[in-house]
Amino acid sequence: MKEEKELFSVGHRACAACGEPIAVRAVLNQAGPNTIAVVCTGCLEVVSTGWPETAWEIPLIHAAFENSASIASGIEVALRKLGRGDTNVIAFGGDGGTFDIGFQALSGMLERGHNVKYVCLDNEAYMNTGIQRCSSTPYGASTTTSPAGKYSIGEDKPKKPLAAICAAHDIPYTATATIAYLEDLKKKMQTALDTEGPCFIHILVPCPTGWRYPSEKTIEISRIAVETGVFVLWELKGNDFDNINITKKIKGRKPVTEYLKSQGRFRHLFKPEMRQDVIDKIQKDVDEKCERFGVDL
Amino acid sequence: MAKITIMGNMATALGAKLSRPDVVPAYPITPSTLFPEKISEYIADGEMDAEMIRVESEHSAMSACIGASACGARVCTASASQGIALMSEMMFIAAGMRLPIVMAVGNRALAAPINIWCDHQDTISQRDTGWLQFYAERNQEGLDLMIIAFKVCEDKRVLLPGMVGIDAFVLTHTTEAVDVPEQELVDEFLPKYKLELSLDPNKPMTFGSFGTPEFYQEFKYTQVKAIEKSSDVIDEVFAEFKKKFGREYRKIMPYKCEDADVIILTMGSMSGTARAAVNKMREEGKKVGCCKLTVYRPFPGKELMDLTKNARVIAVLDRDISPGFGGALYGEVSAQFVNEPKHPLITDYIIGLGGRDVLIENFEEIYDKSMDAVKKGRVEKPVEWINMNQEVL
Repeated sequence: MKEEKELFSVGHRACAACGEPIAVRAVLNQAGPNTIAVVCTGCLEVVSTGWPETAWEIPLIHAAFENSASIASGIEVALRKLGRGDTNVIAFGGDGGTFDIGFQALSGMLERGHNVKYVCLDNEAYMNTGIQRCSSTPYGASTTTSPAGKYSIGEDKPKKPLAAICAAHDIPYTATATIAYLEDLKKKMQTALDTEGPCFIHILVPCPTGWRYPSEKTIEISRIAVETGVFVLWELKGNDFDNINITKKIKGRKPVTEYLKSQGRFRHLFKPEMRQDVIDKIQKDVDEKCERFGVDL
Repeated sequence: MAKITIMGNMATALGAKLSRPDVVPAYPITPSTLFPEKISEYIADGEMDAEMIRVESEHSAMSACIGASACGARVCTASASQGIALMSEMMFIAAGMRLPIVMAVGNRALAAPINIWCDHQDTISQRDTGWLQFYAERNQEGLDLMIIAFKVCEDKRVLLPGMVGIDAFVLTHTTEAVDVPEQELVDEFLPKYKLELSLDPNKPMTFGSFGTPEFYQEFKYTQVKAIEKSSDVIDEVFAEFKKKFGREYRKIMPYKCEDADVIILTMGSMSGTARAAVNKMREEGKKVGCCKLTVYRPFPGKELMDLTKNARVIAVLDRDISPGFGGALYGEVSAQFVNEPKHPLITDYIIGLGGRDVLIENFEEIYDKSMDAVKKGRVEKPVEWINMNQEVL
């Protein structure tokens, strides 16, 4: 059911063109007011909960960085015990709080089968502390702790395939989404809400501050990520990857350079000298992934 | 009231069961593991209507406690030692969010070297988390204090988490006879509880806000006022407990202190040994008494002063150590008296770390050392380590 009233209100302090509030609004409006949300420490908590104000029109709890999933576990069980099991429980985590420090708590929550919808808002680095790399940071991106330099191409490890790792827990539903494809995102969120048990929704949310692009480009970059095959939109029930559903297949996939050139974090791959070797590796990895997933039409 | 013989962990688990918690998130750790085992058994046998969450770490145990408690559920858990160290971050947050979670602890040493035996370092190290801290001498106290802790912590004037410590193995795995309070009486003493402010879609509010310098200090101040207020609430609840169940609790329980030159201050299971030692020394004509500290937070400073002010020495026994200073309890006892124009000498004895036995002869040595300070009129060595194994030093 689509909600008329915004459940994540205006007046929050996110950067102009931040991708997170766009995703949060879509998720909450899909869930409706009978929802309790958990948010981990990070940009979202900082910009939306400064006492005595709050941007949240539903009950929200923030406790710490690494434990959205375990806080949500306690909520879900308590609600069931208190006869209020019809309330949705949505746990939000950033990429740092989900891929890295909160990974154990997330795995535990998924394994125990809690009826929690976990939404990872992925902007591919520790943005709240000032753009440090994490295991979600893509190969070749320059961050403050993986800076490009004379002896560095920036981040030198591939992005952790977290959504696939979550699906490998054999949870009922896993999906990826991004804000350029809001209808796809909402549909997946609705599927998660309609599915009993733990669900994981991985949402790519561009960050103008950390990715270094002009603020009017947020949606465009989100779209190019999909059109180049850098970020694949898929959904899966259970853990049989043969049954994966690619929700946005691409005809005439664009070269990754279109994605890389749009953001300052990859600028060092083009100047002062062209790092064709790095770009080729990124393209090769994307090609392999797209072939494996069957992305190309 | 039925009398049964059970181990300490069973006593705290039984105290929890009688308190009717809704949710019990827990993670196994020696020496507290029997607690979640027993709760699981109660639930499996239909003797307890609670939900257990078998979390993947102590950090998640306390996190799940916070989530469940914020929904208005009555929540308890159990842990010890490394587990408490791991959940420490969330213990601060539980107190800051004013959630009345109760935890049973099997007091155990902290690594390194790793050690599973009795020591108070694990909970003493958490004294600044904002939790109420109770320490039991016997299994009966472990059982009773669990029920008492729920009632104190859930009081609207308090709304803070609390822990009940029972000594590793000396209590957790030692069988003693306990009186089991009748469920009906416990239900009267500890009725169903309702958290006024909870996570409720009918009344949305934000828990765990970002607190800027403009407001943070006031949040902490009101939290501290609540734990200070809990001092009176504890007295009320102890009195009500005595009326209902016949057993007396005091924050500090004195023994033969009225005319004592030396008062030995203890916590936990060694308190019984202290009384036996006092009896032996009294027979030898030594003017010695002892005090057992049952409540460590809020620190019962005023009660302590009233009970000990006429002694010549307060011998503080610390089963913990703040490296580079001395025992934690010693520091706090000393601070109570520092502004008094005249006060007893205060000496500190580090004893029983990592499960070393505390013996009657140790108390005799402590008495002698304390009287030596009286004779000299000053304390030459304020912090002394008792019963050292000189061969390995």
